[in-house]
Amino acid sequence: MIEIRNLTKRFASYTAVFDLSLTIAQGETLVLLGTSGCGKTTTLKMVNRLIEPTSGSIRVDGVDVMKQAAFELRRRIGYVIQDGGLFPHYTVAEAIATVPKLLDWGPEMIRERTNELINKLRLPQTLLARYPAELSGGQRQRVGLARALAVRPSIVLMDEPFGALDPFTRRQVRRELFGLNELRETTVVLVTHDVSEALELADRIALMDAGRIVQVATPDALLTSPASDFVRDFLDDKPHRLHD
Amino acid sequence: MTDFLTFVREHADKLLEQTLTHIGLTAVSLLLALLLGVPLGILISRRSRLAGSVLGIAGVLQTVPSVALLGFLIPVLGIGVGPALMALFLYALLPIIRNTYVGITEVDASVKEAARGIGMTNRQVLTKVELPLALPVIFAGVRTATVINVGVATLAAYVAAGGLGEFIFSGIALSNVNMMMAGAIPAALLAIGFDVALASLQRLSVRKLRIGAVAFIALMPFLSAFYWLPIQQDKLIAGFAHEFYGRADGYPGLQKTYGLNLHPRLIDQNLMYEAIRSGQVDIISGYSTDGRIQAFDLLVLADNRHAFPPYDAAPMVRQVTLNRFPELGQTLNLLAGKLTDSVMTALNYQVDYEKQSPESVARTFLTRVGLYKRPEPRQRSETVVMGSKVFTEQYILAEIYRQLIEGQTSLRVVTKTGLGGTQICFDALRTGAIDFYPEYTGTGLLVILQPSAHTLANLSMQSDSIYDYVQHQFHQQYQLNWLKPLGFNNSYCLMMRRDQAKQLGIKTIEDLVNYMER
Repeated sequence: MIEIRNLTKRFASYTAVFDLSLTIAQGETLVLLGTSGCGKTTTLKMVNRLIEPTSGSIRVDGVDVMKQAAFELRRRIGYVIQDGGLFPHYTVAEAIATVPKLLDWGPEMIRERTNELINKLRLPQTLLARYPAELSGGQRQRVGLARALAVRPSIVLMDEPFGALDPFTRRQVRRELFGLNELRETTVVLVTHDVSEALELADRIALMDAGRIVQVATPDALLTSPASDFVRDFLDDKPHRLHD
Repeated sequence: MTDFLTFVREHADKLLEQTLTHIGLTAVSLLLALLLGVPLGILISRRSRLAGSVLGIAGVLQTVPSVALLGFLIPVLGIGVGPALMALFLYALLPIIRNTYVGITEVDASVKEAARGIGMTNRQVLTKVELPLALPVIFAGVRTATVINVGVATLAAYVAAGGLGEFIFSGIALSNVNMMMAGAIPAALLAIGFDVALASLQRLSVRKLRIGAVAFIALMPFLSAFYWLPIQQDKLIAGFAHEFYGRADGYPGLQKTYGLNLHPRLIDQNLMYEAIRSGQVDIISGYSTDGRIQAFDLLVLADNRHAFPPYDAAPMVRQVTLNRFPELGQTLNLLAGKLTDSVMTALNYQVDYEKQSPESVARTFLTRVGLYKRPEPRQRSETVVMGSKVFTEQYILAEIYRQLIEGQTSLRVVTKTGLGGTQICFDALRTGAIDFYPEYTGTGLLVILQPSAHTLANLSMQSDSIYDYVQHQFHQQYQLNWLKPLGFNNSYCLMMRRDQAKQLGIKTIEDLVNYMER
């Protein structure tokens, strides 16, 4: 569970997030939706302290994130970014083992977990010795997710995870990934500007604009009873968006 | 080519020793530069405000010409390994700091963020992500630094730190192409070899590169160890100029006549005196009229067996020039016998140590002997070109000649000082690039004429007979004229600090040989 209270982030020249409050339940998939610069990524990164808030608080599983060491907090929260964010010098096996090693797992345990993950993600065993440059975009994204899920975190943060994929692969990968049982039990916060992605994956959508949440609701509620013209326009705009 | 191979074969031991020293110098300095440069590069990648100034300072150091850098370092670090290593170290710094910095800062920002995002500490981000990914760039810097250092390390020979520069500089001083090549070719091969080896290391995949880097760093102290191989040490350490060491009338002559056997360190002739004064060496080669003999309280060891031929100074003039300007010969001969050993030593001392200009020293001298005339202001349409070698005595002589000629005749004198060595002066004279320059009889005999051993054995090593022989030969072979001797004999000599020589009871070269063998 994530509780965000009165969260504000000011940068030198502008305010990215203003007085934002939001509660995300255990096991829920919440999508932060909005245009570029609306503050959705800043909000996400404040959850694992890649960005420190100016004021307000975030509690993860009841504990204030500012009251613990950032690296320990991050090891308990999965983090997936565009194109996987894989290290070019780590093989797939090493990538998946990264966080378990940081947490001092034994080799046997790591091996078991690795096999489990690549089976679930339908990655062939032969991929384990390959480097990211030798993988397809879809494979990289799956490995990125496997790395994030390796230590079974209760929360996974995803920042435009499918942004680097072509539309066809994107639909395929996200259907596969979100079909995983693993992810169903996990709290997921996903940032995207892709309306159809949000509608497909979200339990609830938080639509953001200029650092504030405009409306938080289930996809159905958002479509049937938009809180404002902005919300309606944003959702309607879908067929005309060229760069999906 | 066969000459070259013969030379290499004959000097194989020396060549190997120099090559190993060269590799050692390069490796030690590189290791030091890595130890400082990599952490510094990491630091400035973290504190970008420092980056500008650190890279700026390292960049400025890089632009200081190597000879000048050695010049700055000698007063601080003395002579020998110290300044050589320091200079090489400073040159290697910039490429290593810069490439470490660039390598780290150019790691993809999203990769760095991912590393932090999955819970790596700052140290883990550095050691597990940034440094491994920066390795190829860091290696490129090491490669640049290595190639620079192999080249600059030749200059170590200036400051008695050894290396392949010994052959190169001796070769230049002696106009011995084979010797020069014997130093230059291995130096070039070393540079290419290091470059190729490091390039192939750089091309390895990131994983293998990590192994390569460890192997390289492990190899460094081993290569460095070449430098600390036990070198043979004499009871007294000799520091000889490159030219003296190689010239037939220098050290080889001493070996032949006295059976003297030293392991001299080779050093630039101007630094030699500083080295003996500060006690870094005990015996140096030199010239018997050098002002520094007086200044540093040195003792010239008597050459009781006449190993060094007489070196009476006299102007050497082209016959063509004499025919054209008969008054030139008469004017130059006005000085005959006026400059004795002690007069010349004193003049050298005034310029070297009292820091008077050669011009004023020359005027004072000419006035004292009654030959100074204020040059009349008149149209001077005829020109004679005078050359001189690059040391104080020749500068003073050139100044004396210029004032004398311009005071006594209507000729204009153009001076070409700074002709590097005997061979260069002689070639300039023979080809007509210059009209005359002051030369020494012994030098003319042994460097230019190079008579056979048989002829030499029949020559009496007395000033007069050598002068007559040289004058006759030069006139016949080259149409060059030796005018009357100036009166001093600036011969090669060995010198020691007066107090040490006295303490050891050494007055002659023979005493020295006996002492060394004892």
